[in-house]
Amino acid sequence: MEKLKKKIGSFSFWNWVIASIIFRLILIYFPKNLNLSSRPEVSTPLTSFRRLAEGYWLKQSSMSSYAGSMYHGSPLLLSLLGPLTVKRIEGQPNHLLYSLVSVIADVVSAMLIRATGQNLRLAYLRSLESLDLVKQIDVSEFLFSGDIAALIYLCNPFTIVACVGLSTSPIENMAVILCLYGACSRLIPLAAFGWVIATHLSLYPAILIIPVIFLLGCGPDSPPRKLFLQRHQQKEVLNQLKLPPGFSWGPIIHFAFWAFLWSVYVLVLCGISLKQFGGLWEMFKSTYGFILTVEDLSPNIGVLWYFFAEVFEFFRNFFLIVFHVNILFMILPLSIRLRHRPCYLAFVYVAICSMLKSYPSVGDSALYLGLLGWFVNELADMQFSLFLFCGYVGVSLLSPVMHNLWIWRGTGNANFYFTTAMVYACLQIVLVVEGVSAVLNHDRKLRILITGKP
Amino acid sequence: MELSFTQGRWNYESWGGFDPISSSNAKPPGVELWAVFDVPQHHIDASWKNLTHTLSGLFCASINFLESTATYSTPEWSFPPASGNVRYGTLPCEAVCTENLTPWLKLLPCRDKAGIALLLDRPSLYRGFYHSQRGRCVLAKSSSVYLLLDRGLVAELKFPNKENGKSAANGLTSENFWSNPSFELSVNPDRIFLEESSSHSKSLSILYMFQVEKYSESEPFDIGLMWKVPVAWLCQQTPLHASRFLMGSGNERGAIAISLKSTQFTEGFMSANSKDGSCELRVDVFQVVPWYVKVYFHSLRVFVDQQPRAVSDFIEKIHVSPSKDKMSPGVMEVVLKLPCRVNTAALTIEFDKGFLRIDEYPPDANQGFDIPSAIISFPNFHASMVFLEDDSLNRSPLLSKFQEKCPVMSYTEVLLVPLTTPDFSMPYNVITIKCTVFALYFGSLLNVLQRRVAEEERFLKAKAAKKTGRLPLLLSKLSAKLRGRRREPLHSPPSSSSFINSKLVLKVILVAGLAVGWQYFFS
Repeated sequence: MEKLKKKIGSFSFWNWVIASIIFRLILIYFPKNLNLSSRPEVSTPLTSFRRLAEGYWLKQSSMSSYAGSMYHGSPLLLSLLGPLTVKRIEGQPNHLLYSLVSVIADVVSAMLIRATGQNLRLAYLRSLESLDLVKQIDVSEFLFSGDIAALIYLCNPFTIVACVGLSTSPIENMAVILCLYGACSRLIPLAAFGWVIATHLSLYPAILIIPVIFLLGCGPDSPPRKLFLQRHQQKEVLNQLKLPPGFSWGPIIHFAFWAFLWSVYVLVLCGISLKQFGGLWEMFKSTYGFILTVEDLSPNIGVLWYFFAEVFEFFRNFFLIVFHVNILFMILPLSIRLRHRPCYLAFVYVAICSMLKSYPSVGDSALYLGLLGWFVNELADMQFSLFLFCGYVGVSLLSPVMHNLWIWRGTGNANFYFTTAMVYACLQIVLVVEGVSAVLNHDRKLRILITGKP
Repeated sequence: MELSFTQGRWNYESWGGFDPISSSNAKPPGVELWAVFDVPQHHIDASWKNLTHTLSGLFCASINFLESTATYSTPEWSFPPASGNVRYGTLPCEAVCTENLTPWLKLLPCRDKAGIALLLDRPSLYRGFYHSQRGRCVLAKSSSVYLLLDRGLVAELKFPNKENGKSAANGLTSENFWSNPSFELSVNPDRIFLEESSSHSKSLSILYMFQVEKYSESEPFDIGLMWKVPVAWLCQQTPLHASRFLMGSGNERGAIAISLKSTQFTEGFMSANSKDGSCELRVDVFQVVPWYVKVYFHSLRVFVDQQPRAVSDFIEKIHVSPSKDKMSPGVMEVVLKLPCRVNTAALTIEFDKGFLRIDEYPPDANQGFDIPSAIISFPNFHASMVFLEDDSLNRSPLLSKFQEKCPVMSYTEVLLVPLTTPDFSMPYNVITIKCTVFALYFGSLLNVLQRRVAEEERFLKAKAAKKTGRLPLLLSKLSAKLRGRRREPLHSPPSSSSFINSKLVLKVILVAGLAVGWQYFFS
């Protein structure tokens, strides 16, 4: 019976994967990719396809690709994806090759999510066994979090829109997921590569170094170490094998070495391609400097653009520092409280970055919504889940309407669009806060089961 | 250096574009300033800044806005009057008013009290469709008034003795020219100049000169021209008529299109060179676009005779200087090689509209922003007129000016681009609401992280145990349902939960007694 259930489950998983790929291909064949690449929710100054094409044209004309304040991405991406922007196949849609690359990136990310999810689930079951809680918790009801997470990622409308809208988000997401997969499966060179590339493409995944360190040091998500000690005190069994290992520094040094190697390699490649045009300093100024100083005030689904359009010149630097410190400040408290659950910590970091970054897009939301699927078992008791779901649906429907009213019809003004962006930010805050609360509650329930007192 | 103030647009279709007046004297609307510098490269920007400030003070105009790097540009080779070390800046929306005329008049010895400046009657001048002041000082020894009969006009004038084989021009230059059937001048010209043969047209211009010093208070100089028969003529036009317009709608993106249409000149030129199969017309385009109109140079497309064509087929040379946000405008210089038989040609380029901060908008933000005129020049053709002069010692500076070979140039229209505006009344609101959202995130996340749930639950239970009454119970039920949490049943206290409590009755009686006493004592 179990085997049949598993077979049915895995069969419909592959069904769903193929259906989502076919759906993406159908959307690609619509004229001009349904104009999705011109939507501000999809393409920001960092992920826009048109800017990539412009950067490539400037590069081909022997000018610095950062010359027109147009392109703000990595020169490596320009060399890899640039030729795809101009290549045309007769009779096929204009940007077919680039769209195919995005689809492949999505599929690879989904497979990696599935593998990591299976890893996490096995680790969870093992830790429950060692805590002797297998009889008390109904394990057969555990959902296959890996499959669910992969399907959420593939079938999420946000992911589909980001893929068909020709943004570079699928590739950035793939780098982040590669890093987490490598760290979970103890493939240290792969994790280092993913981390270096993710940081190089967009600055914010740099804070994922902390979950990666915890993953490599302690292993995947597990209940707090204190519970294991208490259980062993109760049982008085000296079977040390069942205790999870303590923090080990070996893999971390290994990781540091590989990260250093990969970053030197990437910087050398960038330096070579930008030798005549100002070198690495120009690159850092145009990419990281642009992200940190929020120069471009085009509307997007975040909240920083309107703020920096309205704030007075005198306070601009102060508020820039405040907003970026908001992300940095939360790193320490979260890592202290959630150090036994590094993958969940990574999810929270990714969610906070997607919320507070300078130029968010729906591609970033797609990433953390996919990662949310890994924790369906732990987050089963999360409050406000229906409210959040309806909120996301409502915002994604209202936001294009408000944008149209403001820009194309002229009957609305910027406040309409900004309000939907703020509601979206509030929804994300509620998701993060309730998620953390639910996981801590889950740990507390385990503690009650073991020790009998809250 | 050249500075010009212009109000209105030179109508190339009616007023021609090929003669020196329209080619080198017709200017774009607003203020245009260009200067060639002799100083080393790193001093040029400082010199330009000094120049703009000085001119701004001299001419009472806001030329000092041209000092910021975002407003001026450095054309490389497509700006016809000069090349190398040149700085070009223009303010398209600068209005020219009578205040701007005063400093020019101050440069004259007698200002507007005597001399030619008496003719500059401000109301009638500024009521016209086009007026332009240009700073190019030539010193003349004597005052003269010139009347130029355009080539097109001369070709149209008909004379009775045409069958003699004499050209029409001879009729107008002979001494007894008042037997002219077409028009009559009230004053006889002192000298008549005839243009030397021109390569581009069959007819020749005629220049009449009137010397003003012969006249005085008793015999004033009053020139008048009366048409005897209605004459309509076409001034000679540029090889291709250039116009520029915006495409697209909405406040997010658009496209700039420059369209070149052939005029009757092109047809004549084409027939002249029809034996030469590989005839090519060279067109130079120089366009400056401000930084908030973000142009995508890779979207440049060329249409010849309304068919899209490959860019490399028709563009011989292109130089692009992309804009830097808030630092410098975008400059595009293109050399097009079009076939001589071309009917229409068009260049389109797409752009995104930028979003500015509230302090970067001008006072009237909803009017829009201007894209300065583009300069279309035809280096193959030169607009110059050479007049035969007997007296080479007293060379008139105006005639010397006419003889200068400058390429035929025309300016396109100034484009008005509306940009989206944020709500200007909202800075405080936006800041406070945004900071509230951030505080919400910060506070609630920290709260969740440091919360000790067990203690909290004990505290809540103790508090709930003291609660009585149905209403708080209903409220707590409602809030629990909303949160989807299973409500823990509360233990009701041993004391009764009946409505009518003895303590409550006592309280009511006390309050009523107090009210009665108050009324009694203070009535």
